[in-house]
Amino acid sequence: MLPTIKNTLNKLCSSVALAALAALLPALSLAAEVNMPQGVTSVSRATYKLHMDIIWICVAIAVVVYGVLFYSLIRYRKSKGAVPATFSHSTLVEIIWTSIPFLILVGMAIPSTRVLTQIYDTSNAELDIKITGYQWRWQYSYINGDGEDVTFFSNLSTPREQIGSLFDPSVPEGSFAEKGEHYLLEVDEPLVIPVNTKVRFLLTSADVIHSWWMPQFALKRDAIPGFINEAWVNVEETGTYRGQCTELCGQLHGFMPIVVEVKERADFDAWLAEKQAAAAAAAELTNQEWTMEQLVAEGQTVYTTFCVACHQVNGQGLPPAFPPLTGSVVTTGPIEEHINVVLNGRPGTAMAAFGALLTPVQLAGVITYERNALGNSVGDLVTPIEILQAQQAGQ
Amino acid sequence: MADKSDKQVMSSGKVVAKLSLLTVGMFGFGFLLVPIYSVICELTGLNGKTGGRYQYQQAQVAVDESREVTVQFLASNNAGMAWEFRPMQHQVTLHPGELTEVKFYARNPTAQRMIAQAVPSVAPARSVDYLHKTECFCFTQQALDAGEAVEMPLIFFIDRDLPEDVSKLTLSYTLFDVTQNFAGKSQALSVN
Amino acid sequence: MASGHDDHHHGPAKGIKRWLFATNHKDIGTMYLVFSLAMFLLGGTFALVIRAELFQPGLQFVQPDFFNQMTTMHGLVMVFGAVMPAFVGLANWMVPLMIGAPDMALPRMNNWSFWILPFAFTMLASTLLTDAGAPNFGWTFYAPLSTTYATSSVTFFIFAVHMMGISSIMGAINIIATIQNLRAPGMTYMKMPLFVWTWLITAYLLLLVMPVLAGVVTMMLFDVHFGTSFFSAAGGGDPVLFQHVFWFFGHPEVYIMILPAFGVVSEIIATFSRKKLFGYDSMVYATSSIAFLSLIVWVHHMFVTGMPLAGELFFMYATMLIAVPTGVKVFNWVTTMFKGSISFETPMLFAIAFVVLFTCGGFTGLMLAIAPADFQYHDTYFVVAHFHYVLVPGAVFSLMAAAYYWLPKWTGNMYDENLGRVHFWLSFIGINILFFPQHFLGLAGMPRRIPDYALQFTDFNMMSTVGAFLFGFSQLIFVWVVIKCVKGGKKATAEVWDGSHGLEWTLPSPPPYHSFTTPPAIK
Repeated sequence: MLPTIKNTLNKLCSSVALAALAALLPALSLAAEVNMPQGVTSVSRATYKLHMDIIWICVAIAVVVYGVLFYSLIRYRKSKGAVPATFSHSTLVEIIWTSIPFLILVGMAIPSTRVLTQIYDTSNAELDIKITGYQWRWQYSYINGDGEDVTFFSNLSTPREQIGSLFDPSVPEGSFAEKGEHYLLEVDEPLVIPVNTKVRFLLTSADVIHSWWMPQFALKRDAIPGFINEAWVNVEETGTYRGQCTELCGQLHGFMPIVVEVKERADFDAWLAEKQAAAAAAAELTNQEWTMEQLVAEGQTVYTTFCVACHQVNGQGLPPAFPPLTGSVVTTGPIEEHINVVLNGRPGTAMAAFGALLTPVQLAGVITYERNALGNSVGDLVTPIEILQAQQAGQ
Repeated sequence: MADKSDKQVMSSGKVVAKLSLLTVGMFGFGFLLVPIYSVICELTGLNGKTGGRYQYQQAQVAVDESREVTVQFLASNNAGMAWEFRPMQHQVTLHPGELTEVKFYARNPTAQRMIAQAVPSVAPARSVDYLHKTECFCFTQQALDAGEAVEMPLIFFIDRDLPEDVSKLTLSYTLFDVTQNFAGKSQALSVN
Repeated sequence: MASGHDDHHHGPAKGIKRWLFATNHKDIGTMYLVFSLAMFLLGGTFALVIRAELFQPGLQFVQPDFFNQMTTMHGLVMVFGAVMPAFVGLANWMVPLMIGAPDMALPRMNNWSFWILPFAFTMLASTLLTDAGAPNFGWTFYAPLSTTYATSSVTFFIFAVHMMGISSIMGAINIIATIQNLRAPGMTYMKMPLFVWTWLITAYLLLLVMPVLAGVVTMMLFDVHFGTSFFSAAGGGDPVLFQHVFWFFGHPEVYIMILPAFGVVSEIIATFSRKKLFGYDSMVYATSSIAFLSLIVWVHHMFVTGMPLAGELFFMYATMLIAVPTGVKVFNWVTTMFKGSISFETPMLFAIAFVVLFTCGGFTGLMLAIAPADFQYHDTYFVVAHFHYVLVPGAVFSLMAAAYYWLPKWTGNMYDENLGRVHFWLSFIGINILFFPQHFLGLAGMPRRIPDYALQFTDFNMMSTVGAFLFGFSQLIFVWVVIKCVKGGKKATAEVWDGSHGLEWTLPSPPPYHSFTTPPAIK
């Protein structure tokens, strides 16, 4: 009788153990997938190695500590009739378990110092890019001897329908769109850098503190208003990499992703030339004739990128911090004041001065849009050239 | 806290007085951290904060012809700042010890008089101590009337002791709108 | 609670006056504990809102701004409303009993320091009902998000923090005065129970850093309302200075929340192993070293702000060094159990879980100390997992352990052991499902404080939310156990536990209204 029970118990135990193991294995492989990425730079690989080394050291210590702990819990149970020993002190043991961890720490500190020194060496970069954090988008400026010749904003491009109706009450319930593959990690214009090139980033912010993080580069650095921070990267593989802002920066902190495209040098040069040409072409556009329809169409794009976060898709705003635009004094009153507010901002409020951020075409578009959409129908418009004149005249 | 000291206990009142003093002291220490931080910034170049006006004396400094350093200029606007603001030269290459002047352009496109403060910052931060400004628009606030434009001077030189491995410095200015801070005051004050 | 059989001339006043005008250390301790339990449930509710929103990608329940209010309020309520007052409550109850004193040294101040708290938190929570909403800048309230860019509730926040600070400081002064002055004859410092020792050190830490917190919010107040520029670059200030001053307070603060936990666990493990605590002296020295080191490591919260290399290295080394005394503590606990005679009542279960899971939190803490690796971990869910492992199965489990351990002493009744064990196992399983997956989320790239996330993070977030609800609702069992125990149950003996040692177990359960009217004799 007894051996049978023991046998059954043994079988039961082993099958339970097997089942647990079977359940654990996919969990472990899943865990491996979501470990820190090895990344595509020498720094990211060195960081990954530090990370794994320290994990294995911790595992080794854990095995010893938990081993003794669980041995004691099983072996010295009162229910098993264990009699307590009376020792309560040993200087020798204390010295041993103070000095061994200390030596392990010294062993960890040496490679960490080496990697840190490497991370801090920003010298001899071939390309400088200024990264400016805004609530809630990134701006990238390519700097060379002639100045910041290419500058653009990089905005979240995930359609609002994918995010959900609560994000914006004007999105009708049930109009959810299927979430895309790169949900919340996609932008309208990515940062583009050449492969195998040391690129130096100069980070700053125009409002609150942001933090620029690209896990595949092991690069995270704060963007602080008024100050510049330095970082560098030398990516060894072309491709598209995705990251996010990691410093709480206000309501849309979770919605300012970072996308970096790493291209071959020739492709990068072509891209840069194209960007420069596009900037020149955009300047030309200012002098064109613009119809109401064209301006409203242009303005809608600008509005959904720069204005919706606060003033909402339907123009209702989020009072009291963000006033509604539908039927407001500014958007339905004299156009001069409307231009003034958009160009120069409202000091002391969240309303930024967009005159320094957007092109005349974008400004004319968004002002015209706000007056003739969002439930407003004033019927007037402002042309890009008038915006330019207003800026030059000291509007 | 030796075991022997047990016998001379203080009265509770004395303990409270002593500990309250400690509390007040630590409250003061919190504020003391502000100047301490400034000193540490100056010593270590934390945040790339630059020092104030440097007293330049020709005799002190000889030009080091054997080395060239590139200084890059950046201009940024803080959000809400409507001014046009840019360096008129985007970078210069110079020898350590050589006094150089560059200009920044600023224009107030709005219909109001505005006051601005430019905040300097240098990268790499460890080169802060070696960038000496003898004249800078950031030493005072800048007031511009509606539509007014100005070219603002910056005169500086790079110390000969600049670490060998630094061959490029970035000097960045961020322009802040401080008009409201001076509402009702006729004259701008100097901060640096 | 202690009424009923009270043979001294002044017993407690009757009705509400007993609590409003309380000067008795047990009454005040009870109020602290009840208050902190209420705050624990409130802060937990905020956490469940957060976890519900994060169950799947997309926004389902709350707007991003309200989500930020929830993360902020969760942090503030849990740190200042739940954990800190709970430990002060334990100190109020237990320190006089453990050192053989009749009461706390400063009973009237004691009353004041408690009664500030409900007002502070009412003020803070009331902002949720205003148009502008509650503070939404995170419990770390970094400038300029919390100054130039803050909503009007920031002023309420500042005054609430001031009040909490004053309460903590008065509580700390009282505890120090009690320990210094009211120890029974013969109770030398090196004979004090470890819980008293850890609280003495904690109280000094509180006095060193709470005024600095008061300073930093005062500077904010001036920046917001009086046009100064402590933290604004425009006027010659610096937003990074805010982080330095804040973390000068903030890092010791995390030790304020864990040192008394060390004390509690040391008492409990010794009792249920029926052995003396191993290495008492080294425990005292380790606690003191941790407290000292905690004052010089704050910059490890700011590795990505762009410190000079030398600064990063110094703070990295100093932070790593904390692992040494912390390790000593864990080794001492394990050795106390080694060759003991262990039984597994609910307090012991929580204490063992504390040792196991706090050690996990310690390991991730060591990983975070490595500055280059911290560049990857910083402000991700890895950090969230780390500090929740230290604070929930750390501080909160030790509080649970303490409550179960001393409830029979406080009420005179044994709690329901079966319910206690159910509470423990559900909490233990819940907490691990809740926080363990967050390590992976962080490593895979999920930043903290975001209301919505990319699709690859879905599975672990779902798991975490399930764990959160399991853990959260399990705490109602605890509330039930406490109510049941206060109302009645098997009568507890003076010793309560057969391995118990210390002065608190020489008094009857519940102890008389005035603890030791004649000082006990110390062996």
